[in-house]
Amino acid sequence: MNWTDISARIEAWRSRGENARRRGRHWRRRLALFLAVVGPGLITSNVDNDAGGITTYSVVGAKFGYAMLWSLIPIAIALYVSEEMCARMGVVTGKGLSDLIREEFGFRSTFFVMVAGLGVDLANTVAEFAGVAASMQIFGVSKYIAVPLAAILVWVMVIRGTYRQVEKIFLVACVFYVSYIASAFLAKPDWLMAGRQMLIPHIQANAPYLLMLMGLIGTSIAPWQFFYLQAGYVEKRVGPRQYKQARADVLVGSISCMVIVFFIIVSTAATLHASGHTQINDAADAARALVPLAGKFAAGLFAFGLLNASLFAASILPLSTAHVICEGLGFEAGIDHKFRDARIFYGLYTGLIAAGAGIILIPKAPLLKILILSQVGNGIWLPIVLIFVLLLVNRRSLMGEYVNGRILNVVAWVISIAMIILTLALVYVSIFNPKAAGLG
Amino acid sequence: MLHATELLGSEAYDAQGNFVGRVKEFYLEPAEQGNRISRILFTRGKYQPLLARHDQIGFVAPGTIRLTVGEKELEPYQPNESWLAVRKDLLDQQIIDTHGRKVVRVNDLDMTEQRMNGNVELRIARVDVGLTGAVGRLLQGLASPAMIRKIQEKLPPRLIPWEFVNLIEPDPLRRVKLRLTSSKLAHMHPADLAELMEELSPDERSSVIATLDESAAAEVIAELDKRVKTQVLETLDTERAAGILEEMPPDDAADLLADLPAATSRELLRGMPQREADEVKGLLQFEGHTAGGMMTTEVVQVGEDATRGEVVDYIRFHDVPLDQLDTVILINTNAVFVGTVSVTRLMLAEKDQRMAALVNDPLVSIEPKADEKEVFELFDKYNLRSLTVVNSEQQPIGAITVDDIVSRMHAKLR
Repeated sequence: MNWTDISARIEAWRSRGENARRRGRHWRRRLALFLAVVGPGLITSNVDNDAGGITTYSVVGAKFGYAMLWSLIPIAIALYVSEEMCARMGVVTGKGLSDLIREEFGFRSTFFVMVAGLGVDLANTVAEFAGVAASMQIFGVSKYIAVPLAAILVWVMVIRGTYRQVEKIFLVACVFYVSYIASAFLAKPDWLMAGRQMLIPHIQANAPYLLMLMGLIGTSIAPWQFFYLQAGYVEKRVGPRQYKQARADVLVGSISCMVIVFFIIVSTAATLHASGHTQINDAADAARALVPLAGKFAAGLFAFGLLNASLFAASILPLSTAHVICEGLGFEAGIDHKFRDARIFYGLYTGLIAAGAGIILIPKAPLLKILILSQVGNGIWLPIVLIFVLLLVNRRSLMGEYVNGRILNVVAWVISIAMIILTLALVYVSIFNPKAAGLG
Repeated sequence: MLHATELLGSEAYDAQGNFVGRVKEFYLEPAEQGNRISRILFTRGKYQPLLARHDQIGFVAPGTIRLTVGEKELEPYQPNESWLAVRKDLLDQQIIDTHGRKVVRVNDLDMTEQRMNGNVELRIARVDVGLTGAVGRLLQGLASPAMIRKIQEKLPPRLIPWEFVNLIEPDPLRRVKLRLTSSKLAHMHPADLAELMEELSPDERSSVIATLDESAAAEVIAELDKRVKTQVLETLDTERAAGILEEMPPDDAADLLADLPAATSRELLRGMPQREADEVKGLLQFEGHTAGGMMTTEVVQVGEDATRGEVVDYIRFHDVPLDQLDTVILINTNAVFVGTVSVTRLMLAEKDQRMAALVNDPLVSIEPKADEKEVFELFDKYNLRSLTVVNSEQQPIGAITVDDIVSRMHAKLR
């Protein structure tokens, strides 16, 4: 072999490497283009399965087995319809929901929506940290260590990271929800039964069942997620040209959210309900009860899922809240600003995390009451936000040709009114009879 | 000083003391007198809304307005697109503070009274974007105006004088009717304007670009974030977009065109003058992450035998972009690259010194297909400010300047 041979071969290798690199880049670019739009819908819907949500879903599975699975399809539709309107507004106007409320309805309306939101989101944040505490207790870590660590982790990640890095971490967190699918398979459920219950509605006309159903709907559609979703598309600069991708993103998000709910319900239904453990209080109970029934591993996965969901929501909720409030009231907002330029934004963000984690650390804090409070808050806030969304999305001056069509409007109003009635009923029951709502 | 929100809802009485209605809206005519309230709209239940002109107002205080004429002399309300409405177009909307270089939201407007032979003219003096306005809005109707003012005095004010307020009107037709000009924005640095444009919605961004002339628009667009850049350009009509591209340095124009859909990009190139279009097309054939994709073709090339005096005259009398010029490229009689001379050396040299004697060492150049990584390495290793790109015959075809390196590095950090 002479030198020209060798150099020719080296050249060939190099060009092969070059081609592979180029292909790799091409693939990465396509994925980047896809992710350029995908994200807000997926993240929002998944954050929706937060600590409070997972608690409700495990209780649903334990108490009623597979009997409530059918409701997931209508819930997915309601979730999609309401989120799609916000996505459309973000894409068409390029403005956040709080910006639009401010510009169209004035200062005072905005202020009250924002203050209500702050209170509700604080209660929700507390609930998320309660989820962190509960899941870490299963792994044998005291809440006095786990919660402060989680608070610092969340705070540092968002303050030190840029929007893009943070979003990547969030997308990875979405993937960890798969642990619930694994957990469900380990529970060896009766898939045939689950499938049938999923497709054929069985409404039981008794009070506990109906209340549980309301709870399920109430936790699946949380008002703050509309703000986060819309802001996500604005921040990613998704324009009307990419509206189809955005809509697909919302659709995928709504479905994947309900798929996870399905597996959570199935895993507790197959184990706890099947063996008669129908009285559990929260998701941590469910994880503990899973140990003898489905094995340590399944229980561990279940607890890990709860931890992931709680941390995930604990990072997004305070951030989104601080954003929404500052934008609506006209303060500088966004993690791309320096601390000095956006004091109120960072103050709100830090304050929410500190208060949320701090309340959990109070010995004998009434956590269950706080969880109920957060759900009641969501229930009161949801109708207000939904009505604003519906009014805004129908303004031709804002949306042009993208206003709701007549059929969509009818569907949207029917869904909204139904949700409003259901959540108000849930609020009523939560306040006067928390045990019946499945929260006690 | 009066607050606009204090006056909205005030009761108005005519010269005979008859109730005319409540203040519903104030109108400005930007085309006439920029900050003067030219008309006030009164509404009264189901009656026809009425308009009072600025010379029909005799007395203004929070809660009460008195007119100098009778009700009959007021004109009935007709919508007019060339009027700027205080409540609808200003309150709660975003404006650009051209002095503070920020996008801010209007909480309230401060008005001054000016006495003009027997009547009172209101003029907008400042825009309130701080806590004072917010608290005022919140407490209105709940506390007396005097009390609100007392609370406001204790708060830190954030006021923007009207001359620094730039309105953003997304509707192009309305913008023409209002005759909004860009004179205020033209004073801002393009990079500052680009940064604050990121906070606006796409329509608002287009409106800002629309008020700028082509060269200013080109400078601002070149500084925008990549995604925003293409969005803005796509909203412009072809002729204007091509005009703006023509004003950009060819490498920026090529980068921008590369990110647009192929059809749009071809159409824009057709709209540009032949020479500029060819230059940009030449750059477009290189991939973005290669040396060719990073370079600009706006370089100064001179023969190595030229004297310092000849080169300086050449730079002086040709249309050379001076902002980024810090290196002159030398070629021999075969147009082959033989070295570079920094502008500093050129400055210190004698008038008749030959360029060949001023050459910077080392002699580095790069081929257009080289990966950007190699470019970064060369810049770092030799502390370059400019790197010459040569073709296979060693003839210079362009140069990569340090500003492009910094933007790319910054983009990688994010």
